Amino acid sequence: MSTNEHPKTLFEKIWNQHIVVAEPNNPTVLYIDLHLVHEVTSPQAFTGLREKGLKVRHPDKTMATMDHGIPTTPLDIPISDELVIKQINQLEKNCQEFGIPLHGLTSAYRGIVHVIGPELGLTQPGMTVVCGDSHTSTHGAFGTLAFGIGTSEVEHVLATQCLLQTKPKTYAVRVEGTLSLGVSAKDIILNLISRIGIGGGTGHVFEYMGSTIRGLSMEERMTVCNMSIEGGARAGMIAPDETTFEYIKERPLAPKGEAWNAAVEAWRKLPTDDGAVFDQEITIDANTLEPMITYGTNPGMGMKITDTIPDPDSIKEVSERQTLVKALQYMGLRPGQPLLGQPIDVVFLGSCTNSRISDLRVAANLIKGRKVANTVRFMVVPGSQQVKLQAEAEGLDKIFKEAGAEWREAGCSMCIAMNGDQLQPGQYAVSTSNRNFEGRQGKGGRTFLASPLTATATAIVGKIADVRTMF
Amino acid sequence: MEKFATLTATMVAIPTENIDTDQIIPARFLKVTDKAGLGDNLFCDWRYNADGTPNPDFVLNTTQGKKAKILLAGDNFGCGSSREHAPWAIMGYGFQAVISTSFADIFCNNSLKLGLLPIAVDKETHLQLLSLLEEEPATQITIELQNQAVVLPDGRKVTFPIDNFSKTCILKGVDQLGYLQSHAAAIEVYEANHADRVNTLA
Repeated sequence: MSTNEHPKTLFEKIWNQHIVVAEPNNPTVLYIDLHLVHEVTSPQAFTGLREKGLKVRHPDKTMATMDHGIPTTPLDIPISDELVIKQINQLEKNCQEFGIPLHGLTSAYRGIVHVIGPELGLTQPGMTVVCGDSHTSTHGAFGTLAFGIGTSEVEHVLATQCLLQTKPKTYAVRVEGTLSLGVSAKDIILNLISRIGIGGGTGHVFEYMGSTIRGLSMEERMTVCNMSIEGGARAGMIAPDETTFEYIKERPLAPKGEAWNAAVEAWRKLPTDDGAVFDQEITIDANTLEPMITYGTNPGMGMKITDTIPDPDSIKEVSERQTLVKALQYMGLRPGQPLLGQPIDVVFLGSCTNSRISDLRVAANLIKGRKVANTVRFMVVPGSQQVKLQAEAEGLDKIFKEAGAEWREAGCSMCIAMNGDQLQPGQYAVSTSNRNFEGRQGKGGRTFLASPLTATATAIVGKIADVRTMF
Repeated sequence: MEKFATLTATMVAIPTENIDTDQIIPARFLKVTDKAGLGDNLFCDWRYNADGTPNPDFVLNTTQGKKAKILLAGDNFGCGSSREHAPWAIMGYGFQAVISTSFADIFCNNSLKLGLLPIAVDKETHLQLLSLLEEEPATQITIELQNQAVVLPDGRKVTFPIDNFSKTCILKGVDQLGYLQSHAAAIEVYEANHADRVNTLA
């Protein structure tokens, strides 16, 4: 940084490096380095291209996979849902016609789009990454500006490799201290959202920083950034460091040789300068964090696992009170009730939030030598085929199966419940995914969001359990 | 995109806060390759009983709800998933504007690209609109895009924010893609000056 420049945030540096056109009174034309595509939010965009006679400007900066609708049953069982078949056939046709690389059903690299981008080495610091999926914020863990877009914008990026964007504000999330045993990255982000609410980050980009964040692995950082959208932010990011470089090095599509050295040199310049100013800031004391769980129908309705459900009568704001009343009615829960001991029907370990190898390892480690409660269905869904292969190489699949869990193929599965993996009306689930909205995991289904450790502990006990009592 | 200048119409209120896009259009209806028919499943799990019959208590199933062109919704409307199916479904039903005290970012972006107006008003105006509706369900209001104003029955005008670019596109009924394409030369210059970060075809 030269002396006449003002100190910049990580976000500002990446933003500035991607400005193609910035006219007064118009949104900025922002260049997109990587566009990830999946079967659900892209078909109408390709139709738009055809109608306008347009090509994909950069198939070489685009990558497609199928994750939302595909079954997680063994691959040799044919797909029975005609609509899913039509959608994946359409994606295959679109990718073929427009020259886009596709990790389809038989690819060893198929998986949840936000798991495979980093896995392939495609997600790299300093990049702009978009996808027609709000959890694109996951990639921000690498020091990228990564955010979800709608289908109109998917068409814009396919046609021009650019997007029209108004500059968001910045929001520093400092996490300092040491996490206690049994407390994980998921608990950090659930705690943040419970404090600022699901609209708290609207119009902002989070930058997570502080000693706790620096101490997290890349997979843990992805868990944190993944749920930035649940805090209302478009994106969440973490400055790249040695942990980041170590993760990316040697991945299939990472820079190699001299290009690697040049890339790392550029990436080292990305972290926020000393003295840079954020529009908002919040600090979380990691020392005091406990395992978190949600009790309501949005991810902001979260509490310490040992707490009791808040009383709507204690809320002054009328609309906020009504929201809680409605949520507790849907959930079938009472004010003042503890959640520890709440019987559970299904436990879901998976999703772009928590389906990576480290998530499966901590879960397997806890359940090894124990059994899934006979009243519980425990679904374990790896985030990608690569995660699945790795887990099987380590024997994790055997541990899960011996304990009585289901070991399934990769995909979004019961996070979004489009593929047949879903709750029945009234069922309770503890889920490692990111959304507990009404019906999100199946019509009438009731979801508690928690970490892989809390989910696995619950699967063993059959009731919501505090993992700290089980080590 | 249809041009939008002025709309005088009735409203319907779903004042719940934080209505997420999973409520607007549940994920099981995203297994489509076009935009047709999504309006039939707008707010599906609130709108229909388990047996598929309309829930008479849900406001969209009332006479007023069936003809309203303006949706009056609670704070932080459209949070959650980025699915553009949400505004497609809202427009497919026949709404041309949503009024709330705030909108989630991606929903707002998606709507502006389609010409569905996300109108953010202050809390007091929001409450006034709700009580107007409660007193007289057939209350009409007028939305003037050029003036960025909601005109209440008593003649009071409440202004709302919208970025100039989106406003112009919607007034003229033009797709935002055209503006991006008009900068083709600048995109080429940018690409010539910046090395590719990745090659997905490698």
